[in-house]
Amino acid sequence: MTPKAAHDPDYNLGYLDEQTKRMIRRALLKAVAIPGYQVPFASREMPLAYGWGTGGMQVTAAVLGPDDVLKVIDQGADDTTNAVSIRRFFARVTGVRTTERTVEATVIQTRHRIPEQALTEGQIIVYQVPQPEPLRKLEPRETETRRMHALADYGLMHVKLYEDIARHGRITLSYDYPVLVNGRYVMAPSPIPSFDNPKMHHSPALQLFGAGREKRIYAIPPYTEVRSLDFEDHPFHPWRASNCCDLCGAADSYLDEVVTDDRGGRMFVCSDTDWCADRREAGHRGRLAGHALATPRADDPA
Amino acid sequence: MYVAVKGGERAIENSHAVLAEARRGDAAVPPLTLPQIAGQLGLAVDRVMAEASLYDRELAALAIKQAQGDLVEGAFLLRAYRTTLPRFCASLPVETERMVVERRISATYKDLPGGQVLGPTYDYTHRLLDFSLAAEGDATSAPRADTPLNATMPHVTSLLGAEGLMRPEAPDQEREPADVTRDPPRFPADRSARLQTLARGDEGFVLAMGYSTQRGYGGAHPFAGEIRHGSVAVEIVPEELGFPITIGDIMVTECEMVNQFKGSRTEKPQFTRGYGLVFGHGERKAMGMALVDRALMAAELGEDAVHPAQDHEFVLSHCDNVESSGFVQHLKLPHYVDFQSELELVRRLRAEADLRMAEQQREAAE
Repeated sequence: MTPKAAHDPDYNLGYLDEQTKRMIRRALLKAVAIPGYQVPFASREMPLAYGWGTGGMQVTAAVLGPDDVLKVIDQGADDTTNAVSIRRFFARVTGVRTTERTVEATVIQTRHRIPEQALTEGQIIVYQVPQPEPLRKLEPRETETRRMHALADYGLMHVKLYEDIARHGRITLSYDYPVLVNGRYVMAPSPIPSFDNPKMHHSPALQLFGAGREKRIYAIPPYTEVRSLDFEDHPFHPWRASNCCDLCGAADSYLDEVVTDDRGGRMFVCSDTDWCADRREAGHRGRLAGHALATPRADDPA
Repeated sequence: MYVAVKGGERAIENSHAVLAEARRGDAAVPPLTLPQIAGQLGLAVDRVMAEASLYDRELAALAIKQAQGDLVEGAFLLRAYRTTLPRFCASLPVETERMVVERRISATYKDLPGGQVLGPTYDYTHRLLDFSLAAEGDATSAPRADTPLNATMPHVTSLLGAEGLMRPEAPDQEREPADVTRDPPRFPADRSARLQTLARGDEGFVLAMGYSTQRGYGGAHPFAGEIRHGSVAVEIVPEELGFPITIGDIMVTECEMVNQFKGSRTEKPQFTRGYGLVFGHGERKAMGMALVDRALMAAELGEDAVHPAQDHEFVLSHCDNVESSGFVQHLKLPHYVDFQSELELVRRLRAEADLRMAEQQREAAE
């Protein structure tokens, strides 16, 4: 964990002004009160490009307090460039402690993954959301999709899933797999692999979603029912590669496939770098243990 | 290679360093100064101010310098700065009728009160590269008229309005004007929100949308009623004073397009106005904006709204280049988690298809 520091005096704490943070917190309260409902909010321009996490950053900025410990991941990893960039931004404008360890974090901002380590009460996970509308690919008009949500008119989505099965024998969504929250709203879980969907169900952590460009905030309060859409005779299945991690040997984590040469060489590694490092420290060894990809955490002593 | 995207802190720092070096270019050539950019690349500065919706020539020049002349990136830099600024108050509506005009033309009347003023324009230049500019040219001066311009320059549309031929403008159902930087968008959008969004929209997008209405995707029959460019006073009413004071002058370009309207059951045939207003000198943008503004009125005038330029959601959700540039370019971010899940899915589907085909072959053989 990095130590607490003073924030950059040229900017307000958390970059956003207090009025804006208050506006976002109000939207968050509404979102928590109506799980899965997309609350429009007056998204601000951030010093990062739209599509690169501006919604998640605004939510994080609005909830971070001085005693929080922040973890930022992209693709499950703490050392991907965008995760590094966002973590550095918050270290600069809030001075909060940052960490790569899931268990130490009080706020986790994520893009495309939920950590393997089960989240606990009191933790907040903030998802970066490119497209908050789960029906958008079926209906491009906001006026229409808002009406469909209001009437819980989700027939179009069920027909799409049914057509998948009729054509391909299975539902062909593998990420951003729609869920029904609290039995009411169909919600986009952000582009996490469907493997991660079950982690949202009855999670003890507070789950917040920010879509900056599309100007929407939504939330799942702790211990809320989150069901991946499926059919009785075609139940939802969280798929993963049927390999083990080549670094730590994990057989139940989500894996990245790494191409190692141009002759079909492959290796599989945990996408959650913190999880993988923990397992290696605990003595677990995979097929290629000691490979250069098994980098230590940045805040580990050398 | 994998390590490159997991490169982390040092890669980012090194990338910034090499970017700074590329921006500076040949160290033997003197660096650009902000007054040079503001003074000699004035139209670039105007575009950045317009699309950033922040009127500050010096900061816009800095944004252009920092962005190596990439104007969309420059607008983004200025917008990100703009969000951090406190709001003191809202100005009174700018009176473009009292504009100190640099240029004012009408395509609907040969002559009109205040006259036609050609001013600085590329319209009648021959687009021949001027090699004398390649040499370090001296300052030039233009001849000026002895008498000042007529101070009264009524809008062309007000002349038509006096005759009852121009559809009067009304506030959006008596609602206060929207602020698109402070309110989330709603559809159908109020005219105030439409005009604000178009005014900061991407010049290329707005131009192309306007162009499409001329080519049959929108059924427009526009006349350039008037285009004027010049400086207008910005006035505020401080609460403790209670009367307006001028806080500065800004340069703007205004375009009023005159469009046909055949009338409806409740309204007589008359002309309608498409309106464009942008910071600085930007006639291409102001005209495109005026065409699109009129196209977006289709539904409320009872016309068929079937073309892209007439569609509020299509135009307003896609005209902002800070949004579109960000989202298109976010595809550069790693997506290997999602891609991995797609890889697994395609492999599974192919394996199942193999089984199915083998089954069919066996059945055919039997």
